[in-house]
Amino acid sequence: MTSAVVTSTDRARGGITARGRRPRRLTAGRIGLYAFLASAALFFLLPAWIMLLTSLKPMEEIRQGTIFALPLAPTLEAWAAAWGSACTGLTCEGISVGFWNSVRILVPSVILSVLLGALNGYALSFWPVRGANVLFAILLAGAFVPYQVFLYPLVRMFSSVGIYNSLAGIVLVHVIFGMPIMTLLFRNFYASLPRELFNAARVDGGGFFTIFLRVMLPMSTPILVVAVILQVTGVWNDFILGLTFAGRENLPMTVQLNNIVNSTHGVRLYNVDMAATVLTGVVPLAIYFVTGRWFVRGIAAGAVKG
Amino acid sequence: MAAVSVRDVSIAFGSMPVLDRLSIEVAAGEFLVLLGPSGCGKSTLLNAMAGLIDVEDGEIHFGERNVTWEEPKDRGVAMVFQSYALYPRMSVRENLSFGLRMARTQKAEIEARVARAAAMLQIEHLLDRRPSELSGGQRQRVAIGRALVRDADIFLFDEPLSNLDAQLRNELRVEIKRLHQRLADTTMIYVTHDQIEALTLADRVAVMKDRRIQQLAPPAEIYNRPANLFVAGFVGSPRMNFVEGRIEAPDGALVFRAGDRRLALDAYEFARRPAPGSAATLGVRPEHIGVLEAGEDVHAWSGLHVDIVEPMGADSLVWCRDGETTLAVRMAGEKPIAPGAAVRLVLDPARASLFDPASGERL
Ligand SMILES: Nc1ncnc2c1ncn2[C@@H]1O[C@H](COP(=O)(O)OP(=O)(O)OP(=O)(O)O)[C@@H](O)[C@H]1O
Ligand SMILES: [Mg+2]
Repeated sequence: MTSAVVTSTDRARGGITARGRRPRRLTAGRIGLYAFLASAALFFLLPAWIMLLTSLKPMEEIRQGTIFALPLAPTLEAWAAAWGSACTGLTCEGISVGFWNSVRILVPSVILSVLLGALNGYALSFWPVRGANVLFAILLAGAFVPYQVFLYPLVRMFSSVGIYNSLAGIVLVHVIFGMPIMTLLFRNFYASLPRELFNAARVDGGGFFTIFLRVMLPMSTPILVVAVILQVTGVWNDFILGLTFAGRENLPMTVQLNNIVNSTHGVRLYNVDMAATVLTGVVPLAIYFVTGRWFVRGIAAGAVKG
Repeated sequence: MAAVSVRDVSIAFGSMPVLDRLSIEVAAGEFLVLLGPSGCGKSTLLNAMAGLIDVEDGEIHFGERNVTWEEPKDRGVAMVFQSYALYPRMSVRENLSFGLRMARTQKAEIEARVARAAAMLQIEHLLDRRPSELSGGQRQRVAIGRALVRDADIFLFDEPLSNLDAQLRNELRVEIKRLHQRLADTTMIYVTHDQIEALTLADRVAVMKDRRIQQLAPPAEIYNRPANLFVAGFVGSPRMNFVEGRIEAPDGALVFRAGDRRLALDAYEFARRPAPGSAATLGVRPEHIGVLEAGEDVHAWSGLHVDIVEPMGADSLVWCRDGETTLAVRMAGEKPIAPGAAVRLVLDPARASLFDPASGERL
């Protein structure tokens, strides 16, 4: 294009023809935004970074008090100790016992609570249930009552049916406490789906479970991912329920981590404590990394439409 | 015996009534078209027949069976939804076969039926795609196919051709008609906004408005003898002309008079005889008005001028006016007459309609 055909709007933009991608200019607002994001990231990353550094140092280096310094002689000894031989109270088998306990609690709790939540949400949003709104309101209220309130009554109930201090007991507790939020999540997701889809499946001869399994569940991937992430982090990070209901044999990793860090006898092994802490956080971290993309997508999908 | 019989059905959404004691009988093997303005409750009626909406009051019978409280899956209906409602996570093939799989049809049979429906709807090349990868018209054809593969006694179509191009629409209209002829005792209930569809497909047409059925009759009767002003204005495109006037009986015989224009009503078949002097609305379709260019006719309406000529392909719509009065006339040819020309019009009283302007009822 020659300058002879520059139009008035082009001239207004300083002679540059507007074409292609719009240029991004760095304004003061943008700089402020980046500064804020960077400091927020730093706020969360710094402690993690220090933990990681400390866990790689031998005790002599730690005693020098230079917590920001890189390890001079990095070693994985503390990690091995944390995993296999750190003392949790009376036994010294490391945090691995707790890890496997947590896995045994996590898997059935997550599967059951997510599936039940999905089924609940599906029933509430598609099937005419008398008093569905009241039921839903009660369930929602349940989500906001602090669960410490339920602890004692539940302990009594569980011990009277003989599942107190057992794996089944702790799984059941997680399923119960996960139910309100799971139901809420799925109900809102299914309520955003077009109702005619459900109607079409009914005319095509589907019943309650067929429609759920063949039509609704396959469409629920985004919200399933969100639900699984919420439940995995929730169950894995739980402390008080595990401490109360799991029993000595099944204490989850968080409780054992606490035992390691708070063991009173002997010298304090900061590097082992740090390694054990990082190990405990690995599962939720891994879940975020693996499904992060899905997580964001799932939130968006729930907000707009299936 | 009626295949579908809706008896005094009322449906309301919250406090807003949508159907009000509506009754309709559809004979076995009949093709019924529901016609009506948007929001008049056509889809609601169809949903009630399919069992997707509970009725507030009244009964629905399929043949001998009272199905009012039956689940949709037990009613034996196939339905095409207005919004397609395809299963998003299934391929087109799975969408088509879902109902058959639910009914535990044999595999070979399923394949044969899916292939036949796909061929008829020209979607064979799309069978392995997901609905999200289809255009609107393609989705609509899949939605039709999903109903056609089913072995239903009653087919419910909710505007099944609304999103197709004219060519495909014509083809599929013929296919649906053919299908209905082949499955002689299958009852079809069909919602449409398209008058051509209504008039070509239907054995009978039900025109709905204001929660009620305004007229239920064969298409020719709906077209030629509309029961009230609403039906007269709603059915037919271009629209019927309406002229306000009075019924008079100057020398015994009834005459319609608007200003100094008259139309003798000897040939008109009255539904009920009005009293001379009462007000009336005359309705005449554009194709039932003749243009007189030369010659004399004392009955012709004169003093009108051509305002606009709208060519419509084979014929043209000529708008003639005189002050307040505007009459559309259908004339053969592309440019039958020049704007501004003076015309005299001859109305055919035998094919005209008269209405009581107060109640809207046919006279
Ligand atoms: N789920 C609903 N809740 C409340 N009102 C509704 C609901 N569905 C439909 N309606 C109302 O009921 C009336 C009839 O709706 P319906 O869908 O039957 O109309 P329709 O005749 O099919 O219209 P269209 O030709 O536009 O499809 C409308 O006024 C609509 O606003
Ligand atoms: Mg509709």
